[in-house]
Amino acid sequence: MLTLAFALVFFYAPNDADQGFIFKIFYVHVPLAIVALVGFVVAAVFGALHLRSQESKWDMRSYVTIHISVIFAVGVLVTGSIWARASWGHWFVWDEPMLVSFLIVFLLYATYWPLRFSIEDKEKQSRYASVFAIVAGAFVPLNFAAVRMAESFTHPQTATTTTSAPASVTLTFLVALAGMALLFVTLCKYEMASKHATFRLRALRRRLAGDEDELSMTGRSAAPQL
Amino acid sequence: MPDPAPALVLRGAGRRYGERAALRDVTLELEAGRTLVVFGPNGAGKTTLLRMLATLLRPHAGEVRVLGRPLPGDGYAVRGRIGFLGHEALLYRELSGRENLRFHAKLHRVAAGRVDEVLDAVGMTARCGDPVAELSRGMVQRLAIARAVLHEPELLLLDEPLANLDPAAAAQVAPLIGVGGAGPSDRRTRVVTSHDPAGGLQGADVALGLKGGRVALLAAATDVEPAQIAELYR
Amino acid sequence: MMSAVAALLAKELTLELRTRESVPSMVLFSIATYVVFHFGLDRDRVTGDLASGVLWVTLLFSAILGVNRLFVAEYEQGGFDGFLLAPVDRTALLVAKALTLFAFLGIVELVAVPAFALLLLGPPLTQALPQLVLVLALANAGIAVIGTLVAGLAIQTRARDLIVPLIALPLLVPVLLAAARCATPLLSDGGAGALPGNWLAILAIYDLLFALIAYAVFDFLLED
Repeated sequence: MLTLAFALVFFYAPNDADQGFIFKIFYVHVPLAIVALVGFVVAAVFGALHLRSQESKWDMRSYVTIHISVIFAVGVLVTGSIWARASWGHWFVWDEPMLVSFLIVFLLYATYWPLRFSIEDKEKQSRYASVFAIVAGAFVPLNFAAVRMAESFTHPQTATTTTSAPASVTLTFLVALAGMALLFVTLCKYEMASKHATFRLRALRRRLAGDEDELSMTGRSAAPQL
Repeated sequence: MPDPAPALVLRGAGRRYGERAALRDVTLELEAGRTLVVFGPNGAGKTTLLRMLATLLRPHAGEVRVLGRPLPGDGYAVRGRIGFLGHEALLYRELSGRENLRFHAKLHRVAAGRVDEVLDAVGMTARCGDPVAELSRGMVQRLAIARAVLHEPELLLLDEPLANLDPAAAAQVAPLIGVGGAGPSDRRTRVVTSHDPAGGLQGADVALGLKGGRVALLAAATDVEPAQIAELYR
Repeated sequence: MMSAVAALLAKELTLELRTRESVPSMVLFSIATYVVFHFGLDRDRVTGDLASGVLWVTLLFSAILGVNRLFVAEYEQGGFDGFLLAPVDRTALLVAKALTLFAFLGIVELVAVPAFALLLLGPPLTQALPQLVLVLALANAGIAVIGTLVAGLAIQTRARDLIVPLIALPLLVPVLLAAARCATPLLSDGGAGALPGNWLAILAIYDLLFALIAYAVFDFLLED
């Protein structure tokens, strides 16, 4: 799907009139941003479900969603600054709301791991992480609104580009968005599976060693456990 | 009027810390007005049991009913009816004894006059204006006992209540909490932890021995030999 | 609920009077920050957006000091357990702590804002004072709510002093943004300009939303 999207980006979509080839990064940057944003909100919902049900699977889902969303957010920052460099000659532009918002959001979520790691009790760790996920998830859209209000729109406005743009642009954009969303879900699934496998392995190893009750000897980890 | 239902019901109750089980499969009943004494070496789960009954820790397994209400769901309904005395005094060090008790009296909606009453009962009237930080450990313990009985709770949970107290002070507070053989005037339900086989069994109705988070001994206090308790610590 | 909040608040203020742990250090910190700004910017007088920025960054950083200390007494001296044993709605603790922080911020600003006018601000403050008080109150409410939430989140961690600013600063960016925009016309040369209503509204909405979120999640920070 993503391959199809990239093929469309390169061969189908027309070059932007003023920006030329570099405009094509738009098809990576904007879907990344949208998917990461939705990811943060979804992580907050998982966090709320964890607090309500006290089941660790929701904490795991929240953790994985935040993890992948942060990686996507880094992608947004990188592609955004490449675009900014190409369009305005600066790596970072303060009047570009997307870049600024994602910088703030990235800074906030980067604390998720130190927070988890510095709480020793596992149950408390996952409960506090869920509270963090909810607070931060609610903060993300608010922050976007505030930053957007503060900055002038020197950016080619995505909303108008997609609506008044030729069908080829819209189609390519939608395919790229769907591709990115699929990539997100796949990565989440993959990480979840790997976490499960690690946990199972640890449990089996412990049983082999014959001490069901002892604390695991594998060292401390900030990741949730099932 | 005594409650006809048992004051405490535990069925298969358990609590974990992370992956370690601190308390496992504890099953017991205690009638209202009776005293349960809990023995066990450090780390056996005594404090966990008490904190669980005090609604401070939620049980992870089994059923726990305190004063007829299931925990953790009905915790709000029993909170004001429990007096808890833990290892920590739960007093602010920079406030005086009286200020601390006044604060707790307001939280428990108890009249301010009751504060002077309990201060007198634990023999702390003279020093009640000093900051808690300046008091000796025994005096802090007396204030902590005053705090625990301030709201005249139906159920007392006492974690080594006589720790740090000299014999005279212990004799003074004994009637308040009804331990150490001093016959209490009222018949409150009590759960008391102890390391002293003879002293602990005095005045107790039921004895519970914990070892490694499991019940190792559960019998009427009169049937228990001090040797059985010493066995727990081996 | 109300009587519990009153009892908690009275206890909080007595403790602060006794220990003088938060407010004096917050005041000293803000004045020291003005000095740092003076040399860092190499300006004797600031006006307009620069003045607004200096003021709000200073107040925000000094607020972080207060947030750091907010639950320390509860955590170290068993205040959490003492509170949880009482037949009181747990929200009372959230409300009391947020009010405490709000009061601390107000007291700090009582000194820090005049000090700012004295040390760095170009235009006189007298004219714009009522509007500035309104902006301060709205921003303080936001800082108090988010500060209480973050302090509650961080108190169980080993690296409390690091976690608090790392979480609180990004969360407070919109407050800083809106408050600084609101204060800019008030601190400009040639008399105070009008308050930008839309930024004031943003500030109020932000306060309200986070108050609701804090109300919803705070119980979970107390459970064990």
